[in-house]
Parts: sequence; C-alpha cells; structure tokens
Amino acid sequence: MSQFQEKTQITRIERFTEDILRLTLESPEIASIAKPGQFVMIRTGNSSDPLLRRPFSISQTSNNLHFQVLFKVVGRGTSILAHCREGEFLSVLGPLGNGFTIDCRNRNCLVGGGMGIAPLLFLAKAMLRKCPDTPPIVVLGSRNREELTTLVYDFAELGLSAYTATDDGSLGHHGLVTEVLETLDLGADCTNYVCGPHPMMTAVHLFCKKRNYSCQVSMETSMACGMGACLGCIVPVEKGGYGHACTDGPVFDAKELVWEVK
Amino acid sequence: MGSEMTSADLRVSIGPLKLKNPVMTASGTFGYAKEFEPYVNLHHLGAVVVKGISLEPRPGNPPPRIVETSCGMLNAIGLENVGVERFISEKMVSLQEVNVPVIVNILGDTLDDYREIAARLADVKGIAGIEVNISCPNVKKGGVAFGTVPGMAAAVTAAVKESSSVPVIVKLSPNVTDITEIARAVEDGGADGVSLINTLIGMAIDHRSRRPQLANVIGGLSGPAIKPVALRMVYQVAKAVSIPVIGIGGIESTEDVLEFLLAGATAVQIGTANFVNPRASEEAVAGLASYVAEQKLESIREIIGGLIIP
Ligand SMILES: Cc1cc2nc3c(=O)[nH]c(=O)nc-3n(C[C@H](O)[C@H](O)[C@H](O)COP(=O)(O)OP(=O)(O)OC[C@H]3O[C@@H](n4cnc5c(N)ncnc54)[C@H](O)[C@@H]3O)c2cc1C
Ligand SMILES: Cc1cc2nc3c(=O)[nH]c(=O)nc-3n(C[C@H](O)[C@H](O)[C@H](O)COP(=O)(O)O)c2cc1C
Ligand code: FES
Repeated sequence: MSQFQEKTQITRIERFTEDILRLTLESPEIASIAKPGQFVMIRTGNSSDPLLRRPFSISQTSNNLHFQVLFKVVGRGTSILAHCREGEFLSVLGPLGNGFTIDCRNRNCLVGGGMGIAPLLFLAKAMLRKCPDTPPIVVLGSRNREELTTLVYDFAELGLSAYTATDDGSLGHHGLVTEVLETLDLGADCTNYVCGPHPMMTAVHLFCKKRNYSCQVSMETSMACGMGACLGCIVPVEKGGYGHACTDGPVFDAKELVWEVK
Repeated sequence: MGSEMTSADLRVSIGPLKLKNPVMTASGTFGYAKEFEPYVNLHHLGAVVVKGISLEPRPGNPPPRIVETSCGMLNAIGLENVGVERFISEKMVSLQEVNVPVIVNILGDTLDDYREIAARLADVKGIAGIEVNISCPNVKKGGVAFGTVPGMAAAVTAAVKESSSVPVIVKLSPNVTDITEIARAVEDGGADGVSLINTLIGMAIDHRSRRPQLANVIGGLSGPAIKPVALRMVYQVAKAVSIPVIGIGGIESTEDVLEFLLAGATAVQIGTANFVNPRASEEAVAGLASYVAEQKLESIREIIGGLIIP
C-alpha cells in the first residue's frame, strides 16, 4: 500500500550537471515495496505556491532503505527541489502507479531518453534478478555526454554496457535512439521498455510496431493528485476514452494508446 | 488526535442530515473515497461527497485538463464519470463498506436528467444526501448554466427534491452577479442546504506558444487563491437564507475551517487541499476538536456565524 510520509530525509544530493540532480531519500516503507516504473509525488515547498506535488519516477532503491529520484530543473518546483540540502526533509507520497511488467521469455531492451532514463536503472536491476540468464540491452539518449556519463557508469556497475545516442554527438551515436535500435540485433521477439520525451516514445512505438515487438511505455502527463482522484492525468486509449496515468499507468502497453503520428 | 476527538462536541446538522462533525470532502477531489483509504480514517470525517454523477457515462475533456496557477489550479475535467448505473453497481458497493455518510453529487443537461438521476438514487442504500451541481449548462435553454438564473436554479432544486428521498443540498456557482439571489431561489425551491463555492471560471495562457494551457481553453479555479472570494460569498449567503450553508473554497487547515464557520457556514468541504495533503480533512477534524477543548466551548456550533464586526 502506498505511503504518505511528511518527513522523508534527503541523505545525499548528487549534481550531475547544472540542472540535473539526483536525490537519495531515506524511507524503508517506500523503498521496500517500490517496483520499477512506479513514481512518488513530492511536495517541493511548504507554502501554497507552488501548490501541487510534483511526480518523479523512482530511479533506484537500495537495501530496502533508500530510494533515489533523478530530475531536471524545468520550472519552479524542480528549481526549489534543486536548492534542498542534505539532511532536510521532504513530504513524499508513494510508491504510486503500476510499474513495468518484466517478461523473461523474450529478449528485453530498455530505451531511455533524458530524464526518462530515471526508472530504467531500477528496472535493469530487477530484471537481472528476475531473468539472470538474459541481461537486457540498454539504449540511452540525451542532449550531451555530460548528462549521460554517470548514468552509463551506473549501468556498467550492473554489468550492462549501454548503447548511447546524443543530440550533439558528444557520446555515442550522433542522433536518435531509434537510429541505434535499427542497427541492433534484437531477434524475432523483443520486449521494449521505454521512457522518455513523447516524440521519442512515439518513434520507438512505431519501430516496435513495424517489427511486431511488444512495447511498454511510461507516460508523462500533468498530475494533481497521483492517486486517481483528480482525473487530470489522462492519456487517450485506442479502445476509446481515456486511461489515467497515475492509476492505470504510468506504464502502458504502447498498442493500447492513441499515438499522433505526424 | 484521539481523546479530544471523541469528547468534543463537533456535531452539526444540515437540515435533516446529522453529521458527527462539520468536515466533508469536496466533489471531484476525493474520488470515490476508496482512493484515500491508505491515508485517512474515513469514518473520522463528517461526510464524503463523491465525484459528480450524470445519467450516462461521460469521457470528459481532452488533455491537458489541469494546470497549476498562483496558489491554485485550473481544471477542465469535463465531468468525466462512470454514469449513474455503474456508480450504483460498482462504486456504491465499496462506499457502503466505508463507515461514513456519503453525499452523491449529481449533474445533468436538462431538468429531466436531474430528476431521473435523483429517482435512480432514491432507493439505493447508504446515501445520506444529494448535492446538486447546478454549474452545468442547460442544453434546452441554449446552454445557460442552471446556476446562473434564479428561476432555473429553483426548478432544478424542486425537481430533485420531488424525486429524492434524502436531504438535498444545492451547490452554487460563484460565476454570477449576485449569489444571494440564487441562494434564495434554491431555498424557495426546497433545498435543505446550500454549498458554495464551486470553481471560479478562469484561464491560463502560455505566452511562448501563444496557446491556452488547457485544451478546453477555460477551466475552474480552485485552491487557496479562491478562499477570500469563497469567504465573502459564504458570509453574504449565510445572511440571506435561513437554511444551512456549507463553505467551500481553498480550505487547507483548521484555521481555514474556523474562518468559514465564523462567516456563517454550518459545515465545510475540503477540495484541492486533498491533493496536496491527503490527510487534510482528517487533520481538520482533529484540529477542531482541539479548538473546542482549548476554547472550552460547549460545542463547535457556538462559533457558527460568530464573526465580530466591530
Ligand atoms: C509519472 C511521472 C514521472 C516523472 N518522472 C520524472 C523524473 O524521474 N525526473 C524528472 O526530471 N521529471 C519527471 N517527471 C516530470 C516532472 O514531474 C516535471 O518535470 C515537474 O513536475 C516539473 O515541475 P516544475 O514545477 O519544475 O515545472 P512547472 O513550473 O510545472 O513547469 C515549468 C515548465 O516546464 C514544463 N514542464 C512541466 N512538466 C514537464 C515535463 N513533464 N516535461 C517537460 N517539461 C515540463 C512546463 O510546461 C513549463 O513550461 C515525471 C512526470 C510524471 C508524470
Ligand atoms: C479536479 C477537480 C474536480 C472537480 N469536480 C467537481 C465535480 O465533479 N462536481 C462539483 O460539484 N464540483 C467539482 N469540483 C469543485 C470542488 O468540489 C470545489 O467546489 C472547488 O474545487 C473549490 O474548493 P477547493 O478550493 O477547496 O478545491 C472539482 C474541483 C476540482 C479541483
Ligand atoms: S493524477 Fe489525479 S487522477 Fe491521476
């Protein structure tokens, strides 16, 4: 059951770049039950402005004691969060959402872009535990080398060497992750686990559709509550109507969603 | 939390509806209550008001549906709901297990819609009251909201009252010139109480993209930003009618609840604050109990309408 912890201590802050940080938070309650792909809602300040909590994927857990969030400063909430100090407390609600479904029968491929890489480290760890004989293929994309270095290293620590793509060509392939995917031998059956900017997820979905691969995507929407109460976090679904990213997702089977292909 | 909570007298009545305390949750902000079970002892609350129900299921508006604004949020959910049949067969079943009075918020496009939903709910077990959302457009009257014309507001009230077997609360829209006029009309229509305010219509624009931030272009403003407006309207309506008033709008804390009671509200509803602090409603109940004990009041009812104007 998800927890509401008004005082979750920040035990470590790592600054990867000017605007990308990773927080380690201490919460046995959350760390011990979290699944890869789930998220937490964090209150970034104590006042009425900003008012709402902000959603962040759980990027990793350790020893059933700590969990991490990796985030980029894009606005007021994340900017306040970036000014927190070690030892301070945050109000956290979670873990929330469904998480990825790990399938050991197929070859697995993790595809992350930008901050979408956050949940994939947690997923990779769980996968290695669940399917030790079939380590996943990892493909990561971002703006530049700076953003990726530590993450690539984290995957390497798990024994996984990631394929990379950067917008400026400073690390790995100069271009898109889908261009990297096209060059890989993924076999006849491959399950893809994707999280990243919407255009990237659309491209990976189309790639998977063409090859008849299954594809799980983690969707980002605006969220007010994170627990199914506000009905704000909708994503259009193929059968008509909407799914709710916080309770039906954030992970969806890409086939079940409506994709706007330009 | 514990001891005062049982000893302090927090009971209030909305007409025939007796509540153990004045704190309810606002429609559309508390799901069907089950969502909050991990965080809240639901039976500590005065009542829960569930998401608005229409005759037929509604898919709601396209995304984006919500956007944060200064000290508040805009929503254009578009009244997404499962429809009255599924509400009765699915949602009501789990609500019956929860030991808390359930108030069902209803909405419609026509007078007949309202009448029919009320009739369908009339013999469902476990419903303590009905709250009528009259902020919806009347499709037979060119889309003018029921809640903006006194005659239409009175007619909806009378229609629901006629076909329903439980107390009827009418939820007022603040998007009118004189809310007291509407309040008096629904009182004449037979309402057992009024609740106010629903969201204030607002808008947010992204100047970079030159686009509205909500797909629906406009939406309803809620949260702390609207509290001063809500307090003013509760104050005016409480003076204008003799039926109980339920105050809603930007309530986050015990202090906020006390302010609404002083302004003349008999009870309150907590809305947007549930998203920020899922325990807000239960904490307000505990806070009121402490207040009654500290101030050595006989009951919380002593402060209702107790505003001192020097
Ligand atoms: C399930 C889920 C998991 C998420 N996980 C992560 C994560 O692990 N790491 C992470 O960094 N972010 C993550 N996000 C996105 C994160 O929630 C937003 O970046 C954050 O809410 C922005 O808050 P803010 O107050 O800083 O920005 P706001 O002030 O709310 O917005 C500032 C600007 O940023 C834009 N913006 C808002 N949200 C996003 C977004 N999601 N993506 C891009 N631009 C945006 C706004 O349009 C606006 O222009 C996740 C979102 C969801 C729904
Ligand atoms: C996301 C959301 C959904 C809402 N849905 C409904 C609804 O279905 N019916 C209704 O009468 N009011 C609805 N409201 C209005 C609230 O019940 C309440 O009147 C309003 O938000 C003001 O209170 P607050 O500032 O405490 O949120 C909704 C509000 C929000 C924020
Ligand atoms: S974020 Fe509120 S329902 Fe999903």
